[in-house]
Amino acid sequence: MPRDVASRAAKVACDEGKGVSPTGLAVFLDFTDAALRYGKAKAHSMNLGASADYKKLGQEIIKAKYGNLFQMYEKISGENPYVYPMKIFPAVHYTMGGIWVDYNLQTNVPGLFCLGEANFSDHGANRLGASALMQGLADGYFVIPYTIGQFLSQEIRTPKFSTDLPEFEKTEKSVKDRLAQLLAIQGNQSVESFHRRLGKIMWEYCGMSRNAEGLQKGRDLIRELRAEFYKDVFIPGSVDEYNPELEKAARVADFLELGEVMMVDALNRNESCGGHFREEFRSPEGEAMRDDENYTYVAAWEWADDGNHILHKEELQFENVELKTRSYK
Amino acid sequence: MSGDLNLTLKVWRQSGPNAKGALKTYKVVANEHMSFLEMLDVLNEQLISEKETPIVFEHDCREGICGSCSMVIDGRPHGPQTGTTACQLHMRHYKDGDTIVVEPFRAKSFPVLKDLSVDRGAFDRIIQAGGYVSVNTGQAVDGNSIPIEQEVALKAFDSATCIGCGACVAACPNGSAMLFTSAKVSHLGLLPQGKVENTKRVKSMVAQMDKEGFGMCSNVGACEAECPKEISLDNIARLNRAYTGAVLGSE
Repeated sequence: MPRDVASRAAKVACDEGKGVSPTGLAVFLDFTDAALRYGKAKAHSMNLGASADYKKLGQEIIKAKYGNLFQMYEKISGENPYVYPMKIFPAVHYTMGGIWVDYNLQTNVPGLFCLGEANFSDHGANRLGASALMQGLADGYFVIPYTIGQFLSQEIRTPKFSTDLPEFEKTEKSVKDRLAQLLAIQGNQSVESFHRRLGKIMWEYCGMSRNAEGLQKGRDLIRELRAEFYKDVFIPGSVDEYNPELEKAARVADFLELGEVMMVDALNRNESCGGHFREEFRSPEGEAMRDDENYTYVAAWEWADDGNHILHKEELQFENVELKTRSYK
Repeated sequence: MSGDLNLTLKVWRQSGPNAKGALKTYKVVANEHMSFLEMLDVLNEQLISEKETPIVFEHDCREGICGSCSMVIDGRPHGPQTGTTACQLHMRHYKDGDTIVVEPFRAKSFPVLKDLSVDRGAFDRIIQAGGYVSVNTGQAVDGNSIPIEQEVALKAFDSATCIGCGACVAACPNGSAMLFTSAKVSHLGLLPQGKVENTKRVKSMVAQMDKEGFGMCSNVGACEAECPKEISLDNIARLNRAYTGAVLGSE
């Protein structure tokens, strides 16, 4: 079963109050059938006959495939997943998107290359297991050694830039002002508490499945949260020291903007596509329904302080392949 | 709440690299379902609500694969569990009323930056000295153009599981980085792609290790016992063999 479908089903079951474990936020993932299936195939290939211990043989195969994952699970939960079914719940762990790059992994800033999942190239509705690893390895081993040299060869005679430039001074001042602004707030709530509240809003209204009403509400909630952040965040320490709280505050301030733009984009895109599943736009079988007529573009949003963020469209052109609808049937 | 634990923590507080540090005592209520780092998060929230400076500790993935977390818990790097990073340590292993002492990794080559955070840049410089495979420019190579026996691949993989956390150095009475360096040398040197440069690699990585001020190895074995990834001492034997060959032989 594909990951997005399984994840949505798990969340629906928990939302209906059918979840297991004291929190009710889990469903069981039982490997017994998988072990028997693997074991049976292995027993046949080894000519062991019907008396073989399918379960044991299968568990060895599962151990070879997912041993490290099972070990991690046991450390967290204290339960042996080979004996008891795993308790699982969908979680957000990647943003499913990233910086635009060309085929050489260079961004639209010349000389700035972006590797791994920080770039946008290999995402879809189903991040399969280890795709972060796959993309990190593929970009790092097979692409960048052969492309970055091209850029560097042109730059070999470029002298070191002086920092005595108006552009540098302007940027330095804006960074200093921003940090001073954050430190000056001296409110009562920790950066972490804002980050958690933002995460909850995103999870609730811009998660695995979204709808227009929720997105509108989520957007309003983030705006209120951002206003509260700039009034009441407390950042200890000063700007002249190793200050992880200040660093985190600058990040969370960014996330508060990114979160709002994600809501705006999800609200604007009246279709279901990839990781974006809008409840209003699905086929009678409950599958994602795209609208290629109106949304065959990549959206890049330019932030505007007044909330009227500007949409820049990059049309998608398909020359060698044609757009198809995904079907697991 | 059920499963709540009333704990006393003695945490090393040090405001900067040259400041004098000391253990400071805190009371915290944690829950048995929390990880050790989540318990520290709770303490930090508490400190921030009292307008105090939170404890600085390094963390990233919190699932035992990045090697960021680095702390000595009750005298042992990454705490009392074997094959476990500090982030994978869970509070169910503690009892209500326990006192836990938390210190940074201590080694000459890992200067304390602040509280529990130490500078492990020395490891990066050892890697820079030779922990890589040179690649020619031109066409990208085909993925499986060099066949590798599964046994060799698994051995290299076992060495490659080193996450470079530095627990081996913190555990060693000599502050030696031999387990780390040998794991890095092994994971490359065992594979055909890495074999070519092995002699050069071994010499320059060992030279950098000495330059960083890490101690000598006297086969104590504490590194292997404390390693959260259970890297074997076999790697050190392999490095010693390769090093002897590299300095006595000629290319």
